[in-house]
Amino acid sequence: MTAPITITLNGERRDVAPATTALDLVTALTDKELGPDGSPVDGSRLGIALAIDGTVVRRGRWLESVLADGHTVDVVTAVQGG
Amino acid sequence: MSWTIDEVSLESRLIMGTGGASSLSILEGALRASATELTTVAIRRFDAGARDSVFALLERLGIRILPNTAGCYTARDAIRTAQLAREALETNWVKLEVIADEDTLLPDPIELFRAAEELVLDGFTVFAYTNDDPALAKRLEDAGVAAVMPAGAPIGSGLGILNPHNIDTIVSRAQVPIILDAGVGTASDAALAMELGCTAVLLASAVTRAHDAQAMARAMALAVESGHLARHAGRIPKRPLALASSSFEGMLDPVPAGDHALEADR
Repeated sequence: MTAPITITLNGERRDVAPATTALDLVTALTDKELGPDGSPVDGSRLGIALAIDGTVVRRGRWLESVLADGHTVDVVTAVQGG
Repeated sequence: MSWTIDEVSLESRLIMGTGGASSLSILEGALRASATELTTVAIRRFDAGARDSVFALLERLGIRILPNTAGCYTARDAIRTAQLAREALETNWVKLEVIADEDTLLPDPIELFRAAEELVLDGFTVFAYTNDDPALAKRLEDAGVAAVMPAGAPIGSGLGILNPHNIDTIVSRAQVPIILDAGVGTASDAALAMELGCTAVLLASAVTRAHDAQAMARAMALAVESGHLARHAGRIPKRPLALASSSFEGMLDPVPAGDHALEADR
């Protein structure tokens, strides 16, 4: 059993298992089953974007984006406004 | 009646914001009553605890989404927010907002212009929320924004169009759509914007914070349509004195002074 790594998710520290990918993280947050391309398997639109250390990671690359200790991850969506 | 932006044709000239509504069901009623086809959202951190989402609502209503960069004070923040919005909502469209301070919420012209230039280069279709400054409006257009959106008055103030002359000037010199954004309080403000030649009106608080949001949404839809019709109907010139609309030909002779016969009959 490897020790968890610590990331900052939406401004809060959070422990995740080593080798957690961005796809794993979004799946856990949204409770939606996602295909390898980052889109919901039910055909709906996810409406979510993710950035690691300030850089947007396109959903097609979430699967290959392994989180590392100290990463700052932001997961955003649309809210009322404007 | 339709207008086109980025090769997308829209029937409604009323763009709605989603801010200010106390619930999603009130927002839904307002959006339906407004008949809007384009609606803004803000981009914020995902909250797994949030029960309903405005994204799901707009998907269900089939309304095109225009993400904004509300809350950004710098070009850098606005650009990052636009990039996140593009990825999250799968659209190149962005309503660029870079505000100077939270008391006025007025745009910071320097940061706005920098962000507009960069976003245009990055392939965005930029709707630039700006001051009612004709010079800045022209600079933004020259930078390649798709629409210029001057504020009628500060966001949420309901003060209407404080400087109609500036809006008139901006419209008369523009080759891109001018969309009156911010400040609308009631239907006559929206009608005036259209009479001044704006292509569309964007508003939120005037509807979402009205006592009856649904009724106000309908009022705004009608006002925008009325104003647009009036603008293109060729209004009469203003004159200093009256111009009778009834002919004087065939008038009876005036009653002589001192003839009290008519009054006596009463």
